[in-house]
Amino acid sequence: MAYVAVKGGERAIDNAHAWLAADRRGNPDVPDLGLAQIREQLGRAIDRVMAEGSLYDQDLAALAIKQSQGDLIEAAFLLRAYRTTLPRFAHSEPVDTATMAVRRRVSAVFKDLPGGQVLGPTYDYTHRLLDFTLAAGTAPPPPATAHATGAKMQRVNDFLVHAGLIEPDAPAGTTPGDITRQPLTFPAPRDVRLQALARGDEGFLLGLGYSTQRGYGGNHPFAGEIRVGEVTVEIEPAELGFAIDIGDITLTECQMVNQFKGSKTQPPQFTRGYGLAFGHAERKTMSMALVDRAMRAEELGEDVTAPAQNVEFVLYHSDNIEGTGFVEHLKLPHYVDFQSELETIRRMRAEADAGKEAAE
Amino acid sequence: MSTMEGYNFAYLDEQTKRMIRRALLKAVAIPGHQIPFGSREMPLPYGWGTGGIQVTAAVLGPQDVLKVIDQGADDTTNAVSIRRFFARTAGVATTTDTSAASVIQTRHRIPEKPLREDQIIVYQVPQPEPLSRLEPSRAETRRMHALAEYGLMHVKLYEDITRFGHVAISYDYPVMVNGRHLMAPSPIPAFDNPKMHQMAALQLFGAGREKRLYAIPPYTSVVSLDFDDHPFRTTRAPHACGLCGATDSYLDEVVTDDQGGRLYVCSDTDHCETRREAGHTGSESPLQEAAQ
Repeated sequence: MAYVAVKGGERAIDNAHAWLAADRRGNPDVPDLGLAQIREQLGRAIDRVMAEGSLYDQDLAALAIKQSQGDLIEAAFLLRAYRTTLPRFAHSEPVDTATMAVRRRVSAVFKDLPGGQVLGPTYDYTHRLLDFTLAAGTAPPPPATAHATGAKMQRVNDFLVHAGLIEPDAPAGTTPGDITRQPLTFPAPRDVRLQALARGDEGFLLGLGYSTQRGYGGNHPFAGEIRVGEVTVEIEPAELGFAIDIGDITLTECQMVNQFKGSKTQPPQFTRGYGLAFGHAERKTMSMALVDRAMRAEELGEDVTAPAQNVEFVLYHSDNIEGTGFVEHLKLPHYVDFQSELETIRRMRAEADAGKEAAE
Repeated sequence: MSTMEGYNFAYLDEQTKRMIRRALLKAVAIPGHQIPFGSREMPLPYGWGTGGIQVTAAVLGPQDVLKVIDQGADDTTNAVSIRRFFARTAGVATTTDTSAASVIQTRHRIPEKPLREDQIIVYQVPQPEPLSRLEPSRAETRRMHALAEYGLMHVKLYEDITRFGHVAISYDYPVMVNGRHLMAPSPIPAFDNPKMHQMAALQLFGAGREKRLYAIPPYTSVVSLDFDDHPFRTTRAPHACGLCGATDSYLDEVVTDDQGGRLYVCSDTDHCETRREAGHTGSESPLQEAAQ
């Protein structure tokens, strides 16, 4: 048998890419999907890709979703790889979520509160019945409208802070860390942990957050508040000396209120878990808040026993771009290492056989 | 070749390259010690060579000649992909000839031909922490490295010997660098470990996902861990290459049929081709087959 060394990697790659492009397009008789359609009609997918891709740009997210055939982790990866090449002109001022133009705001800890409960556009009370009128392309009836009051909607936690019943905000003014520029080191401060969670995989955080509710590091959470809406982003260019508005972004914020029995130095008070993400992302931010609070176990003098409380475990495994790359790298050739394992196992078997014969 | 529109030479911006070079200088100054660095997101997936690519991008100049291998072969798809990446973003000349390359990026092998002082070899590293399978916490392993507390690894080797009669690690076999730092040589077969010792070329290691760099300067001691009564030994398939007849190269085992047929060929494709061009033949060479 004549053996021909495997050649043609280059041609195989070119052919694979061409096939992929055709596969992505699907049946050419069906109209091509426009980016505006993705942006306007697949908003939650856009939001997830922007959050995990760490880049707020709905049009680029729509392109990434189209390019990845709706594989949202692949789409987030495309955004990450793009954002890393962008120059950094400025850092924004901290956004003030109390001034958010709220679309939705619910609190589970008070029946009513200043600003009220605002249900907003939510799936919460939809009955999960497939809507065949959507398949028929029926236009929805116009929604009810009301005039915006323009009033600042105070955060629920602020009511508790005033009464001294919950821990205050962390002191402002320190420059937060940035894991996209500095590698993670441990112990990781809370700002770095929150950054990692904000771009972490929604499914991973959901699983971890859920695990705390089922007894693996429980922290007795109440959904103090979840709010969704638009906030203004400002930067302060050095040459101007004052902040200017560069646009609005949609954010979801979750403040969890958690039990705390108090310690020798601190009276009993509620503690917090915090979640924040680009776009409309309630599942993500609620999970994030549970995990944030779980990772504060050591700081609050609690036993660290559960996966969600193990900061290294959570932070090293929450990034789905890192995770997907390393899991999927197993499909790269490993035959050199496998060969060395083959030789080792053959040697061990030969030694075992020799030992058996000697014994007989 | 022209470089890619809208991107800097070798993809990374100059500030990022400078950050990586600073980390590399530190790595060279402390052989075998892992240096955390601000690893960037690359347009290739983590685990597919992003660390090696960043190191290569940081050391590559327009005059360099680049060779990329995976499993010892220049034509494996990921090697092709990375070589194209640099051809596209840096416009550098590429080669498959080990002796013609000034920078060699590799995954899982060291070329058979000894490297020279004017060459750099860049290893892709999936897991830079040699203690990771024994102690998962990086906070803890950093402390162990600081104290040169490597007893855990010796215990692991000892346990292998008591259970199997010898050390059962066949690749990514831990080495002691410059008599101080325990280091993961990346998943090269243990067969390649001796080539690292006193190598004339600069050896650089990049782990992108784990955000660590390390290095072995030229002519540095690299010793595979062992015991006096159980010295380190390498394994290779006990055959000659079917194409070039080499009996000292690392071999791939190729399944040729479903009747247990096997063919052994050099994993280093350039080494094999160079030998065949020089007239060496093996049992499966076309000439020999014709003679039969």
